[in-house]
This record gives sequence, structure tokens and C-alpha cells, in this order.
Amino acid sequence: MMVLSPAEAEALLLSLKVASVAVLGALPFAFAIALLLARRRFPGKTLLDGIVHLPLVLPPVALGYLLLVMLGTNAPIGAWLLGNFGIRFVFSWTGAALASAILTFPFQVRAIRLALEAEDPGLSQAAETLGAGPLDRLLTLHLPLALPGLLAGAITAFAACLGEFGAIITFASNIPGETRTLPLAIYTALQTPGGEEMATRLAALSILLALAGLLLSEFAAQRLRMVNEK
Amino acid sequence: MTLDVGVRHSFDSFTIDAEFRVPPGVTALFGPSGAGKTTILNAIAGFIRPKSGRISLDDVILLDIARNVLVPARRRCIGVVFQDARLFPHLSVKQNLLYGWKRSAKNPAIRIDSIISLLGLSALLERKPKNLSGGEKSRVALGRALLASPRALLLDEPLAALDTKRKLEILPYLERLAHETRIPVLYVSHALDEVTHLAERMILLSDGRIRAEGTVFELMSRLDLYSGKDHLRPGAVLEATIENHDTEHALTALAFAGGRLIVPHIPRAPGDKVRVRIDAQDVMLALSEPPQISANNVLPAIVSDMRVDEGPYADVQLAMGQTRLVSRITKLSAERLKLAPGAKVFALIKSVTVGGRENKNGLAAYAAKP
Repeated sequence: MMVLSPAEAEALLLSLKVASVAVLGALPFAFAIALLLARRRFPGKTLLDGIVHLPLVLPPVALGYLLLVMLGTNAPIGAWLLGNFGIRFVFSWTGAALASAILTFPFQVRAIRLALEAEDPGLSQAAETLGAGPLDRLLTLHLPLALPGLLAGAITAFAACLGEFGAIITFASNIPGETRTLPLAIYTALQTPGGEEMATRLAALSILLALAGLLLSEFAAQRLRMVNEK
Repeated sequence: MTLDVGVRHSFDSFTIDAEFRVPPGVTALFGPSGAGKTTILNAIAGFIRPKSGRISLDDVILLDIARNVLVPARRRCIGVVFQDARLFPHLSVKQNLLYGWKRSAKNPAIRIDSIISLLGLSALLERKPKNLSGGEKSRVALGRALLASPRALLLDEPLAALDTKRKLEILPYLERLAHETRIPVLYVSHALDEVTHLAERMILLSDGRIRAEGTVFELMSRLDLYSGKDHLRPGAVLEATIENHDTEHALTALAFAGGRLIVPHIPRAPGDKVRVRIDAQDVMLALSEPPQISANNVLPAIVSDMRVDEGPYADVQLAMGQTRLVSRITKLSAERLKLAPGAKVFALIKSVTVGGRENKNGLAAYAAKP
């Protein structure tokens, strides 16, 4: 069993914190957008779908740069956020979380949308005849039926967050204990003479985490199929 | 409580224009696939907005397009049992049953334990829908709809998805429901056997329009409804009382308004009412009472209506007191016997054609009526 050095443990814990906040913070938005895409027809739906999926093909470094331009302390939005709410994203772990959230947003939306679309539309009609209004149906029908999808999306997004590099280093920089997540720590170790051993250990750790994430998300997808089975 | 329905709707090149009443008890909306049954049901349930129309339950208006009234489905208090049951897969049978009950203004006459025992659900309560058979799912769906204290009930081909065995399993429950319920029940079906078993009244729908309306007994003996592309299978349905059993010969004697009928044993107590369907092709006609004949039933009757079509057949409606029977013979026979309305004849019915034989849908030719 590997024993982690304080720097390594710090990078691991930071990675887990950033990924957790990114996934949980994005989840309500992902659910709302997935509901919109799965249930409604509206003008501009294809455009919204495209925008949601954009992070899948966008170079992360470009996204990081874009965020820097928009949310930097001298940029209009960044200055407004700092001035009015004291929120600063640049050079902060919250910035790393924001960048990770945006980049892994498509994973969440896709999984939730698939789960919502797997639901038999007749169930909603049946619930209506039994007296359930829209919010009632959302909470007692759509949400529980989509829960495994929600879980699958969240786990995939979490695993992907752990690997995020380009956007974080561009937008939030590489600050030990603040924004130096696992990938950044690996990169830093490689830049340091004699750091190969640390890089290897961190890389192995990353692979283990990613593998666990994928297995968990597959398990959640199986649950989804079971729930929708009639 | 009476459901008044007027629906006009059109899509593509198909037009629906139907107006009818559903009094308490079971009324069948009968017609072939594509006649517009589902559209009418969807309009009553509140799933679609018809082009024009008015739907009311006693004095509560549910839909009035002219006055822009459209009560949403969830506030209509109309229970719907779907063909595919539509149980909530993540909830247990018990939770499914209580879903509507929790959300409805409760009718004190609807009690959870009585519905559970009426439908035989007590052993299923903790199961998930995926572990139920088709017939069990239908029963749970029925119970779920009833527990929401509906003021009218729509049954959309509730037996169509079931095989013969399951149909026979759920039919007694539907029969009990039909007798015990005093709310309007609209039973949408294209299966004649189910309709003649369960319904008191019948609405015949074809191409979006109502062709005929009346009691099952009236409609089934109307000769004009036997022709056309959505014809009824010729044969009358009559209501009879079990008189006695001949255990030695395994026969049952039935009394009906206008005569007696000997049929193979029906496992019901004397005094019980049953429905008997007698296919027109099983009724033979004679001008005089034939001696030495195997048929147990030789019933005097008067020809009350006749209808001859282009094909080889002649349909003859027979009056025996208030009861109407129907016989299908060849045109040749009709000419030979010089049959015309008013003629006195004898109807010959072999016992074996009634009740003892199961028809192609597996439903016995008789049904219980208390």
C-alpha cells in the first residue's frame, strides 16, 4: 500500500474537494437543462444542445483563457463579483471547481437526459389522472426514476473532474494547496529533478480513482435499467 | 352522476363528431381500431383539447371550448385504467395504490381494505410492479384508479394486453366492479365478448361517429348493425335466471322473459342471473315443431324483423315475449319457408352451442349478473 507524502495527500484531498464542489454545484443546473431538453420543444433547442456539449470539443486551455478574460479581477464580471460579493475565482480553488464544472457539465446533462427520456411518458399521464400536479410529478415520479441516471452522470463527471488540467492551470494557476490538483501535481513533479517517483505514484492513484469512478457509474447505469423495467 | 360528452375533433383527414351520455353503470364504447375511441377517451380524461366540444359530470363542467373552460386532467376526478396498466415502477403495489388516494378528496364509501379485498390484492402489497403478472398489474391499476375516489371511470381496453388465461382471471373482478359501482364507467373496447359480458349499455362508434346507442340486448339483436365494415358478430345476448340444475345430465335450465333454455351446466346457484350469448348461426328455424330431434330447445317465436344482404345469408330477428333472438340462415332457406315478419316459427337451439363451448377469445358464452 502506498503511503502518501504530505504534498501528495494535499493534492489528492484538493482534487476530491474541487471535483465534489464542481459536480454538486453543477447538478441542479444540469438537471434543469436536461429536463428542458428531454421534455420541451422550443426554438433554439438545437443551439442550447450544442452549447451544452461545446465543452466536450473545446480545448480546455481555451476555456481557461476565456474564463480568465471574463472573470479576472480586472475584467468587468470578475471585478463586479469581487466588489459586490467578495467572490474571486482566479488563483483560487473555487476557480478550479468552476472550470471543472463547466468542462464536465455535458456528462451530467447527457446522463440525466437519457434517464428522463427512458421514462414511459404514459406514467406522467397516469399520475395526472391521480391528481398529481407538475411539481408533484417531478418530485415523486421523474426525479426518483432518473436518480440512477443522475448518479451515473455525477460519477462520470466526478471522475472527469479529477483529470482536469488545462483549464485549471490557465484560469486558476498552479498554487500548492489551493489549485494544485492531482494532474497539476504530476506535471509539477515531472518538472522537478528526481520527481519521477512521485509522478508515478500520483499517476497510479489517478488511474485507480478513474477506474473506480467508471465502475461505479456502470453500476448506476444498471440500476437505471432495473428501475425502468416494467 | 352522469357523464355528458360532446367531442368534435379532427386530425389529418379524420373527423370525430360524437355526443353521448354515460349514466351510472358500465357503458361500452365499442368500435374497431381507428374508430376514434382513444381520442374520445383522451378528451374526457383531459389529455387532449378537442377542436370543439363540451364535457360535464352532472353540473360540473370539465370542458367547454366555446366558453374556454378546460379543467386540467388532475382536477377532473376521472379515473383512468390504461391498457398497459402504467404502474409506477419504482413504487410497491401498496404505494401505487395509495398514490391517488393520498391526493384525492376522499369518498368515505371507498375504503382501502375493501378495494384490496374486492380485487384480491392483499398478497401483492409489498411487491414491485415488475414482479406481477399481466392480470395482477391490471388489478392493481384498477385498484389505484378506484382509490382516488373517481366520480367517473374510464377503462381503456383493460383486457386487451392480456392472454386468455389472464382475461379469465380478471374478468370476475371487473364483473364485481361493474355491479358494485354506481359511478359512470366508460369501457372502451373492440372486443365484443368483453362488452357483452360486462356492459349494460353500448355505444357503437365507427369512423368517428356514433352509429347506434342502447342496451347491450337491444343493440345485439339489431339486424342493421350486422352489416358494414365494423359489423357486430351476429348473435343475441339475453339475460336469464338459473332455474334448476339437472345433475344427472349435467345441464342447467334457464328462464328468461319469453321462454326456457336448457344449457350445459353453469356453476351458479338457482336464482342467480346470467347472460347468455346465442350466436345467430347456432339458431335453426322450423315452421312446425319437429318431432324426434336432438336439440333440447325448441322455442316458439314470431319473426319480428328480417334482413337480406347481397351475400348468401338472411338474418331473422325473433320475438319471444320481450326477448329478441337472432337467427342467420341462408336466403334459400328463407325463401323456401316463405319467412316474413309476423310469421310463426320454432327456433331450434342445440344446448351444446350455448355456454359449454368457449368461443375464440376463451370467454365462456355466459356471464354472471346478480
